[in-house]
Amino acid sequence: MHFWIYLDFHYRDLELPMKARVTVTLKNGVLDPQGKAIEGALGALGFAGVGSVRQGKVFDIEVEGTDAAKAKTELEAMAAKLLANTVIENYRVEIVD
Amino acid sequence: MKSAVVVFPGSNRERDMVAAIEKITGHRPVTVWHGDHDLPKVDLIVIPGGFSYGDYLRSGAIAAREPIMGAIAREAERGVAVLGVCNGFQILCEAGLLPGVLMRNAGLKFICKEVELRVETTASQFTRGYAKGAVIRSPVAHGDGNYRTDDETLARLKGEDRVAFRYVDNPNGSVDDIAGILSEKRNILGMMPHPENLIEPLNGGTDGKPLFEAALSAVA
Repeated sequence: MHFWIYLDFHYRDLELPMKARVTVTLKNGVLDPQGKAIEGALGALGFAGVGSVRQGKVFDIEVEGTDAAKAKTELEAMAAKLLANTVIENYRVEIVD
Repeated sequence: MKSAVVVFPGSNRERDMVAAIEKITGHRPVTVWHGDHDLPKVDLIVIPGGFSYGDYLRSGAIAAREPIMGAIAREAERGVAVLGVCNGFQILCEAGLLPGVLMRNAGLKFICKEVELRVETTASQFTRGYAKGAVIRSPVAHGDGNYRTDDETLARLKGEDRVAFRYVDNPNGSVDDIAGILSEKRNILGMMPHPENLIEPLNGGTDGKPLFEAALSAVA
């Protein structure tokens, strides 16, 4: 005896948003007083051998759709227009999964 | 003479600015909300100090991308005078209407005190009421007042006589002691110190008054 099970689902329901990560870092040569303070605090905690600390930002962003290339272009625009100030900062966009 | 003071969520110096302008002109400036897409026809637009959007992301970053900024850019392009003080200066830089950026103070501390400024150029409608080289007093109150720009832009600012004010004793690490700069067309001034807080003797002095008198009479 055979049972046929009909699965009625929409492909869309299984689609998870893509996860992206935008990393914003200070350009070389830009003074980073906060990084310097952290560097000092690490030394005070007894961590020897810390050369230098530069503080940056990480943005984890979920984007809809499945087209990674398109999402990446869009995220690059987000980074350039808002997430980073390109006068002093660089950014890197990755699609994480 | 008409003026407008633009208010963002988190602005907190707009009342001082309105009071200063009203005292000098006898007319109350219009206050404009950040979500508006248009400005009334005015001769001076002021972006006051404060902590728009709680300084989230970067000081002035969110405010700089608000609808009203498009209107301010259009008016500035037509030659209307725009003054940004403190957070207003940060917003103008973030919006790209002035070059450079204001970073965390070199000493990492919020600085709230009176400083001395040197008037570096009188060739603008904001500074023509001072003598070149004059030293004036003005309060500062900021955590992110450390002006930074690349060498090329700095050379241009200097070459084009666009540094309006320098700190006599640099409190925040700003490159070349810069406290305020002018736009290419000289109708936009951004500065960290608060001239609106020194316009009557009861506040301890009137060194900020010539700036407003000059800016507000330019088109009277």
